[in-house]
Amino acid sequence: MSSQASAHEEPRDDFGAKLGMWLFLVTEMILFGGLFIGYSYMRSKYPAEFHHAGSELNATIGILNTLVMLTSSLTVVLAIVSLQRGEKGKTVAFLGATLLLAALFLMDKGIEWRGEIGRGLYPDAPHLATLPPGEQVFFGLYYTMTGLHGLHVLAGMGVLGWVLMRVARGQISRDNSVVLENAGLYWHLVDVIWIFLLPLFYLAA
Amino acid sequence: MTEQTKPMMEHSEGSPGYGTFVAVWAALVVLTGLLVFVSHFGQKAAVWGLLTITPLKAGFVFYFFMHLKYEGPLVKGVVFVALGTLLIFFALTYADVAFR
Repeated sequence: MSSQASAHEEPRDDFGAKLGMWLFLVTEMILFGGLFIGYSYMRSKYPAEFHHAGSELNATIGILNTLVMLTSSLTVVLAIVSLQRGEKGKTVAFLGATLLLAALFLMDKGIEWRGEIGRGLYPDAPHLATLPPGEQVFFGLYYTMTGLHGLHVLAGMGVLGWVLMRVARGQISRDNSVVLENAGLYWHLVDVIWIFLLPLFYLAA
Repeated sequence: MTEQTKPMMEHSEGSPGYGTFVAVWAALVVLTGLLVFVSHFGQKAAVWGLLTITPLKAGFVFYFFMHLKYEGPLVKGVVFVALGTLLIFFALTYADVAFR
């Protein structure tokens, strides 16, 4: 990896690229952190309602999705190792596996949401309106936070898919692996957010 | 080459292999199992699991998967300042809620 530009290369600053990515990730941490604070406040205000509403969720799917997310984080980091070793085939395979796991995560989430929506547990639903305010707040936060996380998964799939194509074409290699490293950083943060969402909604509620 | 680019190059040349990351992943899976197990002992236990095991899991991802272990002081500082700020906001919120 080189940060210095030769006569025919565009100037590149790998450290700057990585620092810029971390600064972006900090804004994401603050975004979700604000939601976590909101959740904590509401949970302390409505502990019994949050407990009851949490029991309506499918914890098995939540735990399964955690394992899927953790494994996808592993495949991304293995893709980075293989790229830095010049093993292009493995990099493509690991990134492909990451995309499949991400799709599996969204499919699980879709199945889960479908079940909850089918039971009238969605914002502004007539059935939800009959439940105590604390449970309405719980499901509002649940759809907001898992929905926002799902959008991040979709964005991550787009970025990783783009990186996968460039790796396959030879446009990203061990010489400019910072592109994949930055995409990986984003994906790991998406994983960290889910690590917190599991206990907040499925286990400790 | 600037001083700040040096650690990146060193890290690339001496980065850990597949085995290290598989071991970290296995630890994360075990910690997830522990978190689920603890949550069966009631809400209080689940909250303690949330406050201890979950940050540990996140720390593993930050430190190893996100390569924070191999970053220089500037990147580490950015992350710690952000997380510290969040913690302060958490503390201020709870200080407010607890004394109402």
